[in-house]
This record gives sequence, structure tokens and C-alpha cells, in this order.
Amino acid sequence: MIVANMEIISQRKIASDVYELVLKGAELVNYATQGQFLHLKVSEGTDPLLRRPISIAKIDKEKGELTVIYRAEGKGTSMLALKQAGEEVSVLGPLGNGFSLNGTKRGEVAVLIGGGIGVPPLYELSLQLVSAGVKVIHVLGFAGSDDVFYEEKFTKLGETYVATMDGTYGEAGTVIDVIDKKGLSFDTIYSCGPTPMLKAIEKSFPEKKGFLSLEERMGCGIGACFACVCHVKNDPTRNAYKKICTDGPVFAIGEVEL
Amino acid sequence: MSKLNMELPGLSMKNPIMPASGCFGFGQEYGKLYDLSKLGAIAIKATTVETRFGNPTPRVAETSSGMLNAIGLQNPGLEHVLGNELVWLENYDVPIIANVAGSKIEDYIEVAEKISKAQNVHALELNISCPNVKEGGIAFGTNPEVASELTKLVKEVSDVPVYVKLSPNVTDIVEMAVAVEKAGADGLSMINTLLGMRIDLKKRKPILANGFGGLSGPAVKPVAIRMVHQVSQAVSIPIIGMGGVSTAEDVVEFFLAGASAVAVGTANFVDPFVCPNIIDKLPSVLDELEVTHISELIGGSWK
Ligand SMILES: Cc1cc2nc3c(=O)[nH]c(=O)nc-3n(C[C@H](O)[C@H](O)[C@H](O)COP(=O)(O)OP(=O)(O)OC[C@H]3O[C@@H](n4cnc5c(N)ncnc54)[C@H](O)[C@@H]3O)c2cc1C
Ligand SMILES: Cc1cc2nc3c(=O)[nH]c(=O)nc-3n(C[C@H](O)[C@H](O)[C@H](O)COP(=O)(O)O)c2cc1C
Ligand code: FES
Repeated sequence: MIVANMEIISQRKIASDVYELVLKGAELVNYATQGQFLHLKVSEGTDPLLRRPISIAKIDKEKGELTVIYRAEGKGTSMLALKQAGEEVSVLGPLGNGFSLNGTKRGEVAVLIGGGIGVPPLYELSLQLVSAGVKVIHVLGFAGSDDVFYEEKFTKLGETYVATMDGTYGEAGTVIDVIDKKGLSFDTIYSCGPTPMLKAIEKSFPEKKGFLSLEERMGCGIGACFACVCHVKNDPTRNAYKKICTDGPVFAIGEVEL
Repeated sequence: MSKLNMELPGLSMKNPIMPASGCFGFGQEYGKLYDLSKLGAIAIKATTVETRFGNPTPRVAETSSGMLNAIGLQNPGLEHVLGNELVWLENYDVPIIANVAGSKIEDYIEVAEKISKAQNVHALELNISCPNVKEGGIAFGTNPEVASELTKLVKEVSDVPVYVKLSPNVTDIVEMAVAVEKAGADGLSMINTLLGMRIDLKKRKPILANGFGGLSGPAVKPVAIRMVHQVSQAVSIPIIGMGGVSTAEDVVEFFLAGASAVAVGTANFVDPFVCPNIIDKLPSVLDELEVTHISELIGGSWK
């Protein structure tokens, strides 16, 4: 884990308020893995003060580039969206424990379920699973047609279903609705998205093994400030905890309380 | 010759820069990034008798040039800190300041007595200013009689000097400082966080699960500077100044206000290397100001 200034190679809008940012020029690219995140300082100076945690969407070790995809929503991400190619961004990373590839064997089927801005880390994961000989199915949920991104890229890697809540694109309804309707069968679940979606997955497929990537507001991002803790399941003392920034953001299904 | 070495009660420091309590855990995360022996001292996370989980999340919220936190004194408990965290810190040549917290007077006494006997604990920091717990914490830090009483009792059992960490959430901080000095405090550390709140516009509820939290970061620096300036003129014990420090220039400002050492909190989250960076930068900033030793600056704004 290091702090480095990375150069913006490109920044483009890929859906409503959603940007794809390609960064280059730090050794951290060499040891980043799927599901880890970067803690980005969106501007110099003290406002906004804190870094923003953003997942790594693609790792290109040959070119030395990392891609992140984020929604420009609040103060910090809106400022990040104004940056242009050639400018620099201060990056702390790579942080956290990403998706383990050991959970699924060659020839098995993995379903990758993404919700909104939880979709990006599944892209690098899918690339890695495919090269490990795993069959991937993607189920990507978005609010509406304006919010959909990376459908084509995922389609190149495996079967891909898009669901929108308002029914303006793909299947209408939730990601769970799609899995049911299409009768998808799989060995492992990998998911990232809003907490209600992760809870629904846990409830709908209690017998499946899988991994969920969680979100929480962070301070340090490196395990020192105790901002991002969550309870561990089945802990009568209620004192056991996991830090999402360092023990996570990815946890095995059933490991922590959502 | 060093321009930065500093001698304070219990603390023989290579330089007057230390991470602030709660912003550095017990050092292990930052120990992966740089040699902790570089630091003047380390103020470790508040320790209570029992293991504490702390408050529900969200525990942090950003503000203009600052942040609110309501961690709620999460820590593994006294026995664990004595048997693990402090033992690990013995790998480094750096004095430890143990931040002591509790819900009841007896808790403070128990933690103070035991933790002050640890080989590398060179001073205690009596946390009577945590705004984020229902019992104890700030309740001890807003009433001068209660604060003096606690200081006295902790002094009686502690094997090392006791610094009292003051809360800015009081009408008269000088009164508090004078009271704990009379009660035997060897030093002061100030300021802890200022009570604050942020509200989520869509949910129409406070962002922090705890409702309110403690404000820290550059936004609070002028308040901290003012308080150090006032208090340092009213007491004769040394002050560890803190609140929004993120540069070597900020350190100079705290010294001029009357501090004899400086703690860096929130800035560690923005740049995990901030402490060693400040330590490296300080000598040249002192040169520019034609200062031969940093101690010459103490109270320079009012002397
Ligand atoms: C491990 C992890 C990976 C993430 N990956 C992505 C990603 O790939 N793409 C993406 O668009 N978003 C991602 N997020 C969410 C992203 O961090 C927030 O949307 C972003 O921090 C909001 O910042 P802002 O400037 O828009 O909002 P502001 O309202 O200005 O943020 C204020 C503060 O709250 C924090 N905050 C607000 N919302 C969230 C949130 N949902 N999660 C965590 N912190 C929050 C901010 O970091 C900041 O400290 C991730 C979050 C985590 C924890
Ligand atoms: C996340 C967080 C946790 C903190 N925990 C403690 C604590 O356990 N004990 C304590 O005395 N102060 C605690 N503080 C207060 C800091 O030590 C410091 O007094 C305050 O943050 C002001 O300094 P800063 O602006 O440099 O952060 C905490 C502050 C933050 C931001
Ligand atoms: S963000 Fe600081 S411990 Fe996780």
C-alpha cells in the first residue's frame, strides 16, 4: 500500500452521472487485485478533506493502468468528474481484501450480481474468473436505462442480464427477480451493490457459497480509525468486529452482519 | 545538533510530533508504512477496562475542512492492550502516551494504575473529553471539581506523569486547566473534538448514527490555537497542542500559541505519511524563521 500521484489517462462519461477514469503511473498497479479499492484525494487543499473509497474496475499491468468507475454524486466525486486527462490524482492503495478466486473451481459456474455503482469491481473479477476457466454469468441491476454501463464488455466475457427497476431497459425488476425468472443455476455468488440488495441475496440463496463486497463511510481506509466496522454474525458478545477497509470490503456470505 | 528534541514530563522526545489518540490505532497500520521510531511519541487509542465495540455506523461524516466522528471509544480492553498492542510497540524506540478512558471513576483508576506500569508507557493522557459516549468521557471534563477529583485520584495510582486532555466544549477552558493543574496534572493536552452535527437532506436525519459527533481537522485549528494561547498563559505545566495540524507551519503556529509539543490527528487519514513528512520539513521551516531550536517558539505570540 502506497500513496502516489497517478496521471489521468482518460476520463469519460459512460452513463448518467457515471464516469470511467483511467489512471497510470504507480507501482501499486503491479500488486492490485480484483475487488480491492483506491482511496482517492479529489483535490488539493482541505475541502473536501477526506479521501473517497472507489473500487478498482480494471487492472492493466502491461500498460500500468488502473480503471475506476464512479458516480458523481456529492461534493468530492463531482469535483473528481471535472478533472481531465493529463491532471494528477493522489491515490492511496491498493486497499482491502478483494475477491478471492479460490472460491470457484475451473469448470464451475459463478454468478456475478452487481447493483448500480456496485457493478465496477465485478468487471476485473469477471476477467480473472474467465481466465481461471470459470464460467461466468452476470446479472446487473440499475435504476433505469440512463444508468446502464459496461453491458457490452460484460457480454464479451459471459452471459449477461440487465435489470432495471423502472423497466426502461432489459428485464424489469430486481436482480433476484431476473435470477428466478431465468432459472439461472450456479455454484458461487459474487456480489457488490447496495446493502438491501446484498441482504436479499443472502436471504434468497441461503445454501450457496459466495462473497459480498460491502460499503461504509471511511476515515483512514487502512484500519486505524475504527470508522468502518461491522458486527460479526452469531457473536453473542456483540464485541467481535471486522473492519470493512482492511478485513473487507469483500466477505464470505454469512461472515458479517449486513 | 537537533533543532527538534524536546523534554516534557515523562517524555524524552526526538522531536515534538506525535500522532493524536484515536487517529493512529495502536500504531500497527502505520508501522507497515514507516519506522515508528521516527516519531517523537505515540498517543495510543483510548483504552477502557472492558472491550468496547463502540457506536453504530455511520461513525464519520465529512464537513467543510473537517470531519465529525462518533467512534465511541472502541478498543480491545485493558488486558488485551497490555498483553498485545503495547508489547508490539516495544519493537520501536518511541515513548508511548496511554490514553485512559472509562465510564466510572473506578474504571479510570484501574486502567491508569495498570497501564502506567507498562514498560514503554511514559505518560498517561486522561481522556475526560470524549464527546461520544453516554457515560464518563466528557461528563468528567466539563466540571472543574469533578475533573480535579479524577486527576488527583489518577495521579495517586499512576507510575508516570499524567497529562489531562481537555475538552473545548466548555464555557471557560482556562478554569478547567487551572483546576487540573492544581490537582496535580503534569501537563495538558488540548483540544479534543468540538461537538457537532450534520444532517442528511434526503433522509432528514443526522448522518451519524449517534446523532452528534466530535469535529476535528483544519476547521477546528483556530479554536485550538486560541485555547492554547489562553491556557498557556494561565498555567505553568506544558501543553501538547492539537486540532487541525497538517503541516510544519501549523506546528510552528501551535508553538507560538504556547504548546510544547503537537499531536496530529485527522491529517493521518488524508496522508498516512503526514507525521514523518512534518518531522522532515520542520528544520527548514525553522531555518526560514531563523529559529535555532523549536523550544524558542513556545508562547512566542504572547511572551
Ligand atoms: C470499498 C468501497 C468501494 C466503493 N467503490 C465505489 C465505486 O467503484 N464507484 C462508486 O461510484 N462508488 C464507490 N463507493 C462509494 C463511494 O465511496 C461514495 O459514493 C463516495 O465516497 C461519495 O463521495 P461524494 O464526494 O460523492 O459524496 P459526499 O457526500 O461529498 O461524501 C461525504 C463523505 O461521505 C462519504 N460517503 C458518502 N457516501 C458514501 C458511500 N456510499 N460509501 C462510502 N462512503 C460514502 C464520502 O467518502 C465522504 O467521506 C465505494 C465505497 C466503498 C466503501
Ligand atoms: C476518529 C477519531 C478518533 C478519536 N479518538 C480519540 C480517543 O480515543 N481519545 C482521545 O483522547 N481523543 C480522540 N480523538 C481526538 C483526537 O485525539 C484530537 O484531539 C482531535 O481529533 C483534534 O485533532 P485533529 O484535528 O488533528 O484531529 C479522536 C479523533 C478522531 C478524528
Ligand atoms: S476507515 Fe479507518 S478503520 Fe476503516
